[in-house]
Amino acid sequence: MRVFRLQVNGDPLDVAAPEHWSLLEVLRYRLGLTGSKQGCDKGDCGACTVLIDGTPTLACLALPATLEGKDITTIEGLRPLHQKAGGQGVDPVQDAFDRCGALQCGFCQPGMILSTKALLSDNPDPSRREIQDALAGNLCRCTGYTQIFQAVELVADEVAGREPRKPAWAQAREQEIAAASPKEEPFQPEHGGQA
Amino acid sequence: MLRMPPFTVLNPSTVDEAMEQMLAAAGEARWLAGGTDINPNLKHRLLEPQALIALEGVGELRGVSVNEKGWLRLGAMTTLTEVAEHAQIQAQWPALAQAASLVSGPQLRNMGTIGGNVMLDTRCQWYNQTHFWRKSLGYCMKKDGTECHVIKGGSKCVAAASNDTAPALMTLDAEIEIASGDGRARMPLAELWQADGIWNRKLSPQELLVAIHLPPTAAKHHGAYGKLRDRGSIDFPLFGIAVRLDLDDAGKIAHAALCAVALQARPWPLKKVADALCGTTPGEQDFLDAVEQVAALAAKQCRPMPNIPGDHEYRHAMVPVYTKRTLFAAAAKAGPVHHL
Repeated sequence: MRVFRLQVNGDPLDVAAPEHWSLLEVLRYRLGLTGSKQGCDKGDCGACTVLIDGTPTLACLALPATLEGKDITTIEGLRPLHQKAGGQGVDPVQDAFDRCGALQCGFCQPGMILSTKALLSDNPDPSRREIQDALAGNLCRCTGYTQIFQAVELVADEVAGREPRKPAWAQAREQEIAAASPKEEPFQPEHGGQA
Repeated sequence: MLRMPPFTVLNPSTVDEAMEQMLAAAGEARWLAGGTDINPNLKHRLLEPQALIALEGVGELRGVSVNEKGWLRLGAMTTLTEVAEHAQIQAQWPALAQAASLVSGPQLRNMGTIGGNVMLDTRCQWYNQTHFWRKSLGYCMKKDGTECHVIKGGSKCVAAASNDTAPALMTLDAEIEIASGDGRARMPLAELWQADGIWNRKLSPQELLVAIHLPPTAAKHHGAYGKLRDRGSIDFPLFGIAVRLDLDDAGKIAHAALCAVALQARPWPLKKVADALCGTTPGEQDFLDAVEQVAALAAKQCRPMPNIPGDHEYRHAMVPVYTKRTLFAAAAKAGPVHHL
């Protein structure tokens, strides 16, 4: 057992835990922060992703003894940190994931959202390719990733104050509808529409 | 849940202090760099040291610098992300930046270090498994057992070197700086390896890689790295190949080197490739002919074994394909070569 002095979500904490515990075990079983998920537990899936000094890191492979003095951010920290910085409601990335329905089971969400946070702080206007590269270490078994990428694009557009880009399927559907619709004169009611 | 066996963690702040702790532990301690390989291995009970000596706080092991003679010094604890994104490395030692950019996924590159990747334990589908899995099979000669499941009746472990950056560094004539109980030493990386999958380095686990030194490259240096793997987003190599082409002022190849990985216990420099490539001009027919010759040579010299996942005949069929693609990428100053 050793007492680790950790800075978690802005709070300095003294946590007593066995030295051979991973950061994930300390977060989940000592601090009750179960938002960081335990998936493969050996570095394949990214469900345990946390930010260490802003950098996406796998908590299942990190040892707390090497993290003293560093800033650890988990999914639980995003909303309080957002509000502390003067924001309203939840973090914009969480909000965009919610609005885009970027989940089914939700198990990969904490990792996906934290990887997205780190991406957007380095690169506020990522291309689809850059988003795919940044989220390459986060495995999602349900969604097929499409809504996740759309959520990242949505939050990037909204934060930059741009018109949110429409997803490719929506653009295609709009073109389809426009092509299929007969070109008619607008309907003109008799008597100029007056009773 | 995979839990690590009990150990203590030591946090030295200098190389000398780290070495004292290692010698005091009398063989019962191991180095901890990024932890992306040793921690899963600990969880699989592939090693059970009493102590891990964390190199996180050792300042001398960090940083990228270029000296007045143009040599690059990479501290062993430089992360793979730092190497992959470093503008000067991308420009002057492109094969290294490309290889680092293809190691595993983003989080693991943020944690994993160049030193850890060079010193990576060899991998085998019969070895990198949980204790329960290995016990059910009766273990193997690399850990806890005596037989080899790759080569029936084999007497030598053939677990594969799977470090992407090692072949790139070898084509770039890297030298490594080693600290041991006797002080510091420097040796060519190419001389580090031995053909033994159980421990493929001629250094003991108590010796410490401090830094990697790379000589400057010529103005017309071309390099690239190609990697075959299951998923483009993550995964160890099923086959990897680093290419070096140095052109003379007339645009002809003056020096060429190729080195492959994920075949046997050590990274595998290809022989006689320079003979075919030297004197040819990228973009001309003689270069295309030479590439065909080199690809055939590579398929002869590189014999993937059923030691790592992925059908070994498929991997063998991909050897000339990736050799060609990587040579073309190097000639075009493009790369890395991999699938998405």
